[in-house]
Amino acid sequence: MITHPTSIELLESVVRFIEERAAPNLKDRDAFHARVAVNALNAIKREIAAGQPAEDAQVERLRDLLGHDGDWTSLNGELCAKIRDGQIAPTDAKLLAHLKASIVDQVRIDQPQYAGLKQAGG
Amino acid sequence: MDDLQQALSAIAPQLGPGATTIVNLRRLSGGASQETWAFETDTGAPLILRRKPPSPTGSGNAVPLATEAALIRAAAARGAAVPQVLAESAPGSEIGEAYVMARLEGETLGKRIARDPPFAEVRKTLARDCGAALAAIHGVPTEGLPPLATSSALLEIEKYEGVYRTSGAERPIFEAAIRYLKDRAPTVDRPVLVHGDFRNGNIMVHPDKGLVGVLDWELAHLGDPAEDMGWICTRSWRFGGDKPVGGFGDYADLLEGYEAAGGTPIPLERVLYWEMLGSLKWGCMCLTMYMAYATGSDASVERAMIGRRTSETEIDLVNLLEAAR
Repeated sequence: MITHPTSIELLESVVRFIEERAAPNLKDRDAFHARVAVNALNAIKREIAAGQPAEDAQVERLRDLLGHDGDWTSLNGELCAKIRDGQIAPTDAKLLAHLKASIVDQVRIDQPQYAGLKQAGG
Repeated sequence: MDDLQQALSAIAPQLGPGATTIVNLRRLSGGASQETWAFETDTGAPLILRRKPPSPTGSGNAVPLATEAALIRAAAARGAAVPQVLAESAPGSEIGEAYVMARLEGETLGKRIARDPPFAEVRKTLARDCGAALAAIHGVPTEGLPPLATSSALLEIEKYEGVYRTSGAERPIFEAAIRYLKDRAPTVDRPVLVHGDFRNGNIMVHPDKGLVGVLDWELAHLGDPAEDMGWICTRSWRFGGDKPVGGFGDYADLLEGYEAAGGTPIPLERVLYWEMLGSLKWGCMCLTMYMAYATGSDASVERAMIGRRTSETEIDLVNLLEAAR
């Protein structure tokens, strides 16, 4: 909704400031934390773009898996409880398909370079 | 530091033939629970001091340094690649609770070992070397050892499940992994000496000699030998390398090296079980580190962001659950 600048532009400007102006003046632990800060901002940037579609897709699958409507928090909590008390087996094909699709979406946001993502076909 | 210099010089004759004093004392790292110092004798012997600070905090699972030293000595007696322990010092003494060991030459950075060209040749046999080292460690007679905690797959799962539940997170992949692992938890008739943190990053590797030392013994305990094998195969410790054992070797090499060195054969399935438990464990440890941020005890961006690495272990868990079907 807000433009001039968009949130993405703001984030990118902060990443550039840290990388080009601030980080070169930092040492040791602070320099390391500056790199982590850039990683965090880039994750937020990816989450702004892909977070809502990922949640919507998750809710869609959860409704199908659990057979009723609900919001993400209640459906996800119910799924956790059903796995915990053995109503859904941890190797259930439909469950694993849901878990895999969800975690591929999340790792694409959190750590898109992670090798395990490639193995999962992400 | 002057006091430490003096106290170490007093034991110099123990540390190298003909040595009369020590030089170049410098601190390498200092966690809240453990200090590491490097120095040499005046005759040039390179040494490491591991010392507990006067009032240590954290790392509640760590064994006393005297135990660590005793375990390294026992593993050495079985032929394991470990640094030679040269002197020990008791709590309350001038040096404090500590031990001195020979400083090995080599690399411990996991990424370099798994990927850098100077290690290409030794990578071919490194998984085998790791298997041989584990066979020696697991073969240490447990009767003469200092008191150690005994763990099991079920106890480990319960410990990390506790961490997860306390965090308040609701993560279906952790639920599935906990359920799967609990239902298939192996029991061990005869617990062996387990290193407890056997992974790429805690092994010293020389570009020509290969594995020269298994380090960081503070989480040693009695338990299932497959625990050590699964931990070094956990993907979090592959550092971008494309092979399962530490990023540098194949399962078969690890297992063959183990058997060839006299280890009781361990089925691959059991290693994969502990690898899954390893991913669960590291995922819960990432959550714990994030909780330090959430509770305000460490407000750094690093503690906050490490919570976003939990998902890495979850994708590994899903891959392993799929493969196990």
